Amino acid sequence: MSIEITRGVCTGCGKCAAVCPGSLIKLAGDAAVIERPERCWGCASCVKECPAGAMALYLGEDIGGLGGRMTVKCEGGLLHWRITMPDGTPKTIAIDSRVSNRY
Amino acid sequence: MNPEMKWEIKKLTTDFLILGGGTAGCYAALTFCEHSGGHVLIAEKANIKRSGCLAAGVNAINAYIAPGKTPRSYVDYARADAEGIARGDLLLTMSEGLNRAVRKLEELGLVILKDESGRYAARGGRNIKINGENIKPLLARAVAGQPRITILERVSVFEYIVRDNRILGAFAISVDEPVLYVLTAKAVLCATGGAAGLYKPNSPGFSRHKMWYPPFNTGAGYAMGIRAGAEMTTFEMRFVALRCKDTIAPTGTLAQGVSAKQVNTLGEVYEQQYGLTTSQRLYGTLTENREGRGPCYLRTVGITAEQDEDLQKAYLNMAPSQTLKWIESGRTPAVANVEIAGTEPYIVGGHTASGYWVDTKRETTIRGLFAAGDVAGGCPQKYVSGAFAEGEIAAKSALSHMDAATPVVWETEIQKARRFLESFLRQPSKKSVDQRSVDQLEEEMQAVMDEYAGGIGSGYRYSEQSLAAAAEKIRALAEEAETNALALADARALVYSLELRERLTLCNSVIAHLAARKETRWPGFGENTDYPERNDAYNLYINSKRENGKLKILFRPLVKEGEIYEH
Ligand SMILES: Cc1cc2nc3c(=O)[nH]c(=O)nc-3n(C[C@H](O)[C@H](O)[C@H](O)COP(=O)(O)OP(=O)(O)OC[C@H]3O[C@@H](n4cnc5c(N)ncnc54)[C@H](O)[C@@H]3O)c2cc1C
Ligand code: SF4
Ligand code: SF4
Repeated sequence: MSIEITRGVCTGCGKCAAVCPGSLIKLAGDAAVIERPERCWGCASCVKECPAGAMALYLGEDIGGLGGRMTVKCEGGLLHWRITMPDGTPKTIAIDSRVSNRY
Repeated sequence: MNPEMKWEIKKLTTDFLILGGGTAGCYAALTFCEHSGGHVLIAEKANIKRSGCLAAGVNAINAYIAPGKTPRSYVDYARADAEGIARGDLLLTMSEGLNRAVRKLEELGLVILKDESGRYAARGGRNIKINGENIKPLLARAVAGQPRITILERVSVFEYIVRDNRILGAFAISVDEPVLYVLTAKAVLCATGGAAGLYKPNSPGFSRHKMWYPPFNTGAGYAMGIRAGAEMTTFEMRFVALRCKDTIAPTGTLAQGVSAKQVNTLGEVYEQQYGLTTSQRLYGTLTENREGRGPCYLRTVGITAEQDEDLQKAYLNMAPSQTLKWIESGRTPAVANVEIAGTEPYIVGGHTASGYWVDTKRETTIRGLFAAGDVAGGCPQKYVSGAFAEGEIAAKSALSHMDAATPVVWETEIQKARRFLESFLRQPSKKSVDQRSVDQLEEEMQAVMDEYAGGIGSGYRYSEQSLAAAAEKIRALAEEAETNALALADARALVYSLELRERLTLCNSVIAHLAARKETRWPGFGENTDYPERNDAYNLYINSKRENGKLKILFRPLVKEGEIYEH
């Protein structure tokens, strides 16, 4: 399980580094880096924090990951999850935080 | 960081010191401020906005007293699920606080599913549906809004300061720089959660931390208690979770939400054959696999398109990797059944009953030290709302210590802690070729626990002989970790070394407890092959306490609800 940070898109704001429950992310120069990706829990806290959409979650190959990437943008009470499929096709799921899970 | 590097020492004093700003810790801080004009200091390893179990969000409130049910019926349920090994007094006092805690969370902004008449839509008598994605940020916001709470983040607590069996405070180090914190208070709450990472995980390679329990909860609270001579209970009741394979995402949402049944590879529904307690349900899947009828699945094929979509959303709110897996593979639950597996064992007092041996007021056997949440023993099935309820009880009990004088830590005690930290940084005069890294030692520890102390690799089975071997190997590893000074680069590496030490301390206790219970009480969670049956002579608690460097096992009779237990 891990995350990927796209240099160039990352603005170096440091929000992801501040929030990670394992303190795994550091700022190196003007961009965030994850030094030990194998220590990542996959909780997506950093991904939710990123205002630039520079941070994506992916599944390691050892647990069947196929190369898809997932980012999320929080707007008001809405979470827009965006999944980029291994072939590049995007898919978005919007979740309203004001609505309870049905299951 | 080098051995000559200078430590900065920072001293902070408060009224109520809370170790771990997670579920129980944050709630205890809020409760304390509601009932006292005193000050609270929360010492937290990460950032309270997303630290601990609640980071990704939770699916439901698992512990709630629905209309028609009572706290006593919850006690009966939880005790039966634990095959009798639970404290009635702790379960009852926890259950009595559940609904109050849930209402409070709703006031803080938690979204809860309601029925037409505006009441919480309870399922199965004790479960309510929520949108739990933001439960931790809501809690953190409330804590940040209370001016009498100081939050000290990115510090890892590693040792209590205890004199004459009275707590004075704790030592912590910064995870970023060489700073030793000396934290003192009139009362201390340990709320550092349970322990992951003792056993080899489901996916030991790159995704080794894709586990159920947070890999950052390393058992610091248990280890500090063990080393300080606190009495601890029921470490032999490990928790093994039944989870979606690979992503280790929860299965309850599938089982309860769309009534998915457990089926084996032949398509046979097997779950009724094995009984319905948590450990029996797990045992069913393990047995089907063992007897060649695996892999096992939750049967979701055939659900409606709407259900399929709702499930994808529900998992985004608590275990987003599961939704990613479904979507990137195209095998959503409507298309393919979801394979399930048992995880490696965890020590987690909020699900099982491992942890501090506390009195009814949640005070440990060390005076002035309280425990709540996953680190506190005797009270299984507390989950989120029970961790809140225990945090509330502990905070209220701590009030009685507020008239005491603020303790003073001696300079000799501080220097001892500093020297201890420096001992990790001492470079060996000649770095020997076979000196192993923290990661290598951790991997070795997990392999030992896996093979000899009932991990996944041994089918959760162990024997007197295998446990004796485990004890010996863990002892040797602990020695290596303490004496073989590691070439450490920075403060972070030191934190990882301390975490390894915590886990090794805890492994030693877990092995001793497994050996002391000469029966098999919870077949899914573990099987003692020398004593494969339940034996009612063990209707008692197995406790332990370190005395003069040796772990002593104690047997304690069962405590019922209605009783007040005092040390
Ligand atoms: C993935 C997952 C999903 C769950 N889903 C549900 C659910 O849907 N419903 C439900 O009712 N229950 C659920 N639970 C159970 C519930 O979340 C836990 O039982 C409860 O949150 C435990 O609270 P706690 O305060 O003991 O631990 P935590 O909330 O984990 O708090 C422990 C805190 O201590 C900090 N800490 C640890 N070590 C140190 C140290 N050395 N120094 C300083 N700080 C430290 C941690 O960073 C953390 O902030 C789930 C648990 C997990 C892991
Ligand atoms: S997914 Fe969670 S554990 Fe992994 S880097 Fe992001 S915040 Fe840290
Ligand atoms: S939050 Fe996003 S933009 Fe900010 S530092 Fe992290 S990756 Fe870069």
